[in-house]
Amino acid sequence: MKSFWLGILGFAAIFIYTHAQADTLGEITKRGYIKCGVSQGLAGFSSPDKTGAWRGLDVDFCRALAAATLGDANKVKFTALSAKERFTALQSGEIDILSRNTSWTIVRDASLGVDFVGVIYYDGQGFLVSKKAGVKTAKELNGASICVNLGTTTELNLADYFRSRNLTYKLVTFEKNDEVVAAYDAGRCDAMSSDRSGLYADRSKLKKPDEHIILPETISKEPLGPVVRHGDNRWADIARWTLFALLEAEELKVNSHNLDQLRSSTNPSIRRLLGFEGDLGKNFGLKPDWALQIIKQIGNYQEIYDRHLGKDSPLNIARGQNALWNEGGLQYPMPFR
Amino acid sequence: MQKLITIKQRWQSWFWQVLILLALLSTLGIFARNLVLNLRERGIASGFHFLGQVAGFDLAFHLLSYDHTASFGRMFLLALLNTLLVSFLGIIFASLIGLLVALARLSKNPLLRFLASSYVEVLRNIPLLLQLFFWYFAVLRQLPGPRQSFSLGGYVFLNNRSLAIPFPEDASAAPLLLLGFLVGLILGHYLNRYARRLRIERGSYPIFTLGSFLLPLAVPALFALLFSRHWTLSFPELQGFNFSGGLQLIPEFVSLVLALSLYTAAFISEIIRAGVLSVGSGQLEAAQALGLSRRDSLRLIVLPQAMRVIIPPLSSQYLNLTKNSSLAAAIAFPDLVLVFAGTALNITGQAVELMGLTMLVYLSLSLSISFMMNRYQAQTSRYLGQGGH
Repeated sequence: MKSFWLGILGFAAIFIYTHAQADTLGEITKRGYIKCGVSQGLAGFSSPDKTGAWRGLDVDFCRALAAATLGDANKVKFTALSAKERFTALQSGEIDILSRNTSWTIVRDASLGVDFVGVIYYDGQGFLVSKKAGVKTAKELNGASICVNLGTTTELNLADYFRSRNLTYKLVTFEKNDEVVAAYDAGRCDAMSSDRSGLYADRSKLKKPDEHIILPETISKEPLGPVVRHGDNRWADIARWTLFALLEAEELKVNSHNLDQLRSSTNPSIRRLLGFEGDLGKNFGLKPDWALQIIKQIGNYQEIYDRHLGKDSPLNIARGQNALWNEGGLQYPMPFR
Repeated sequence: MQKLITIKQRWQSWFWQVLILLALLSTLGIFARNLVLNLRERGIASGFHFLGQVAGFDLAFHLLSYDHTASFGRMFLLALLNTLLVSFLGIIFASLIGLLVALARLSKNPLLRFLASSYVEVLRNIPLLLQLFFWYFAVLRQLPGPRQSFSLGGYVFLNNRSLAIPFPEDASAAPLLLLGFLVGLILGHYLNRYARRLRIERGSYPIFTLGSFLLPLAVPALFALLFSRHWTLSFPELQGFNFSGGLQLIPEFVSLVLALSLYTAAFISEIIRAGVLSVGSGQLEAAQALGLSRRDSLRLIVLPQAMRVIIPPLSSQYLNLTKNSSLAAAIAFPDLVLVFAGTALNITGQAVELMGLTMLVYLSLSLSISFMMNRYQAQTSRYLGQGGH
């Protein structure tokens, strides 16, 4: 009889519904690490290396976040997510931040209960075809079979592109990017479509990479950036300004190698960014040297880019739109004051 | 001998049952309210109005046409039709193959028995997903590209993109042909019965029984001749990258139907064999003593009695096949699961509504199949002195 009344009490307890702003920073500090959602393996953005450690642009962003909030870039736990489960994992709290080459679109921003905190990589959709097909532009792909990743903006853009030019195509979709690459390599489809950065990465996985070319057309805008869920504005601010810190450091020519020399710098912007003067971090609940830790342990945006996507990596993609605003690109860090 | 209970005991048992029912309903209600409140608080869109929004994606295989303004609801309908088509074809092929294999295992020919037993043992014991991958990756994907297709007389082409066959261009041709086929079957059935009656009277099969097998093919051909004003047959032709024209069956579809049919046929053949063996041997002996041939005694005496035992596990196998068709998601065939809980989930992010909808559709599908099988069971048992099911 006693257990019966305890059960009733338990039911009643469910009615007590607490409504409060979540405190992600507090939870992370208590837990001791950040839960970061990444892809299932996209070279240059997030893929495990030979030892199983995660490497890439998106990975380094999460590590920068850990350096800023916990002081140690290694305090991150990565979860590989498919395109289908990435938003559900973020919404449910399984991850704190989604850094998974996700395009910022109005539908995602408005209806999923998530916020995009910035653009870490400006990309666009392209096509990969075999040289043997003799195709020079995407307009010649009429009637071709095209392999894409299931349910991504890629699939939607493809439909739009072909319809608006009165061309037809045969769609082949797979859930995992690896399956798409395997199908293309086996000849199941004539072309593969995805974000251009992904195409460079995927081409290196093919049996004979030199026999394939990426067509010149970019048929859509794909601004890739990290995502957080609604309900914690402070966490969103921290993520946003971590990205800006990486860019501002590049703009001020601060990198991981000249940090010690810069202690004696008289440039007020540098002194403010690195915490030698003032305390910008206090407003988010971070230590004064939060940006300094990011640069020291990870580097600035240029170092990250070169390491994973640029001249120091096998992909060697030009900065293009991802250069700073004062160097012909679109990356524009907001003022640190 | 009924157990005597007091009025007090009966009231008590009712009280507890009602209380537990209320507790169950209120728990469900609390979960539902919690869910709705949480979704609203986190700004996650909820509700089913996405069904009316433009979908924007394409399907690799669709029975009806759609255009770029097609809504999610229309895409769901097309995906559902795909699932129904695969399940329907799978059930038919599995039953036919299962019947043949069962009869082979029961035959007097030892080679036939051995082949049938091996088929059953091998296909029953390998997981369906692996069999599906085998057909899709190891067999159909290894076919050559469109430019080097295998061709049958220049009319039928097989390559790793599709199986292309000539097909009437007019969309209304297919239902008419199907109608002709069914009419041919029915006519053939009545022709058979007439022929059997003649045989019983005269003692030998009249010659025109052969016609009963040709009727299902002859009647559609007749329809084709009569109504062929605007029936042009379109032939598949290689244009640029792929074949166009004719009917194109994609390897995803072919491998799915193949794997489902062969796998389920192994189980169905065992069920049929068990049913046939369950009929006492006395029945067969009595039938043969009456002068019925082995084929007739099987068809008229043994199988009808065996049906009582066959139908319940058979309907389970049909349900299994329908649910197993969801493995299409593993090989890029746009069925219910891939479109609802894959593409649409990714685009709209509304996991709760989509998963609920998918499960509801499968539940309705399975319930319809069981309902039909139960009706059939009741019908066949009626004449044999046993109750319904």
